[in-house]
Amino acid sequence: MSGAETRWLITGARLLGGEPADLLLNGQLIAEVAEPGQTEAGAGAGSGSGFLVLEADGLIALPGLVDLHTHLREPGREDAETVASGTAAAAMGGYTVVHAMANTDPVADTAGVVEQVWRLGQAAGRCDVQPVGAVTANLGGTQLAELGAMADSAAAVRVFSDDGRCVADATLMRRALEYVKAFDGVIAQHAQEPRLTEGAQLNEGEISARLGLSGWPAVAEEAIVARDCLLAAHVGSALHVCHVSTAGSVEIIRWAKSKGWRVSAEVTPHHLLLTDELADGYDPVYKVNPPLRTAADVAALREALADGTIDCVATDHAPHPVEDKDTEWSIAAFGMTGLETALRVVHEAMVSTGLLDWPGVADRMSVRPAAIGRLDASERAELRHGRPLAAGSPANLVLYDPAAAGVVDPASHVSRSKNSPFSGMKLPGRVVATFLRGEPTVLDGRLAR
Amino acid sequence: MNRHLISSADLTAADALAVLDTAEQLARLAERPIPKLPTLRGRTVVNLFYEDSTRTRISFEAAAKRLSADVINFSAKGSSVAKGESLKDTALTLQAMGADAVVIRHNASGAPHRLAEWVAGSVINAGDGTHEHPTQALLDAFTIRRRLHRLDGLRVAIVGDVLHSRVARSNVWLLHTLGAKVTLVAPPTLLPVAVNSWPCSVSYDFSSVLPRTDVVMMLRVQHERMSQAFFPSVREYSRRYGLDNDRMALLPDHAIVMHPGPMNRGVEIAADVADSPRSTIVEQVANGVSVRMAVLYLLLGGSGGGSGAVGTGSAGQPVLSPEVAR
Repeated sequence: MSGAETRWLITGARLLGGEPADLLLNGQLIAEVAEPGQTEAGAGAGSGSGFLVLEADGLIALPGLVDLHTHLREPGREDAETVASGTAAAAMGGYTVVHAMANTDPVADTAGVVEQVWRLGQAAGRCDVQPVGAVTANLGGTQLAELGAMADSAAAVRVFSDDGRCVADATLMRRALEYVKAFDGVIAQHAQEPRLTEGAQLNEGEISARLGLSGWPAVAEEAIVARDCLLAAHVGSALHVCHVSTAGSVEIIRWAKSKGWRVSAEVTPHHLLLTDELADGYDPVYKVNPPLRTAADVAALREALADGTIDCVATDHAPHPVEDKDTEWSIAAFGMTGLETALRVVHEAMVSTGLLDWPGVADRMSVRPAAIGRLDASERAELRHGRPLAAGSPANLVLYDPAAAGVVDPASHVSRSKNSPFSGMKLPGRVVATFLRGEPTVLDGRLAR
Repeated sequence: MNRHLISSADLTAADALAVLDTAEQLARLAERPIPKLPTLRGRTVVNLFYEDSTRTRISFEAAAKRLSADVINFSAKGSSVAKGESLKDTALTLQAMGADAVVIRHNASGAPHRLAEWVAGSVINAGDGTHEHPTQALLDAFTIRRRLHRLDGLRVAIVGDVLHSRVARSNVWLLHTLGAKVTLVAPPTLLPVAVNSWPCSVSYDFSSVLPRTDVVMMLRVQHERMSQAFFPSVREYSRRYGLDNDRMALLPDHAIVMHPGPMNRGVEIAADVADSPRSTIVEQVANGVSVRMAVLYLLLGGSGGGSGAVGTGSAGQPVLSPEVAR
């Protein structure tokens, strides 16, 4: 990359939705943030002085978004997504780093596989890829994967998860939590009690009863969340709860945090906006794990994200080819795409409702997820994510037009898969530009190269 | 009526009564020397069966043939389905063959909904997973009305594995629409947790319900539920929720006993009860053909431009052509 030679002057952007300012990007870092016209470059001769100007009047500047939960599918399911297509989708959504989940084929359970994924991300160059390592060998749930080797690899893995499967064995979960303390790791748990969810298809409740689909009860999530919070407290380790979906889980996490335990949590955009009633026509585009829940759960999740009980938004971007969704509900794949719509959905669910302001969005979609993934304190400053929009930070940022609005059309998405549950919905906002270490990955709402 | 029959929840009272009234007229056809109408001549009805169900398939087949439709039986076994063809590709194949109606039985709840998006003809749900079986509910309502001469205000107990029963779901919605009062009777493990959102009441005590019941509808209990810990043993299930002679004696004199079949004699229903004069089990089978004829007639008969077109009269009653009515 040629970031070291390029200089960008972004003029008139509203920092975190506040007052307009100019940002001067010099190489991979933010060189200066100042009132309009007051940067060293802006006060000079104007264009032709070795920098490119991007007029951003009316646009909101946020630090580059950080996703803790992405399925890039490579290696193994390149028909659904590749590191290249998934990172392009991430850039289009305003992301500058994504955590790639381990349930690939082969599973990311060795130093070799995580380094391969990490290098593919570097080669694609549109968005950093931080691999998540499997907790157990081959996601088998019986034996720990070589967590230390993955931590020590070039990918420097800090987040470990068997996502898609729950580490259901309490002893194994305890050992995993304990073991990763040696390298400041965190176990990200997909909380799903397996026996309570055998054959489960949809949130257990009024809709599943009527549709005759096997129920996925809230208690199957909450029982594991409660157990894991207690385990994390017992061994003094860091637990991260993936895709919290129920009001009951929120209560348990709130209680665990009140005890001072090292528990963090994420919520997906779809759980902030959609409910199980959408399953009414049996369209598997709404089939996801954990399932869409009730309006009461959605309200509790929004409130928890607003008050910080839930730390961050994570997409659980789960691309699937059309033939895996154009089927009967019960044999369709679980999962939804989300990278290209996440910020707009959060705008709709949290900002338009008055629950969260734009500094809050920056916190929940960049600062906190970067801290949970240990990406905020890399030894090399330019490799950090989730840093403030200030001089000396890496030049990772997104410019967002809050006044725009449009109907979601998955056909226009750059993800290789089109299984967006927001298809046809009108959502506010538009990602105009994304910068990764001073280089634009998205300009004028299109991939920059 | 809609173009499809997928869920009895979609039926208005007028729709349902149109089916029952039409079935009543068509039932008389069976008494004629040649029990056949030319109504659906040249139309194609496909029976698309992904589950073994000989009785439902032959009931639909007989219904279609009595209306002179061409019938194609498409069984999942030995077909391209066994080679992994998707439901969508099968649907496109049937579409290309010009199926006017597809009768689908499938082990996945919602499969008829999906099929209806992919074919132009009518889709008739012949049982989908644990969702619905609307023609069974219609034939049950038809049978009740024939025996007891009304539906409005009747007290109906549906007994057994409600959780996994498409028959129970279809009957709850349809009987509610037609004004009956439904009580579900089952061990708590075999009821949906959200059953309180359904338009019916619930009891765990079979015997206490019987004296206030006009119709008892028994559901088949699957032996494999025992290994899934829904109940401790078949014997215990039978003692608490089976209908034997002693329990039958608690019913009012006029009350009837129904079962959609196939029965587990000695489990949910005693042999004496199944064979008693109260039992409608054999009538249900015969009525099934008439009701399925009525469904095919109402869904397909009006759009073919041929003989036997049916419309809806000013009073919401179906109007059969003179040929049928005479």
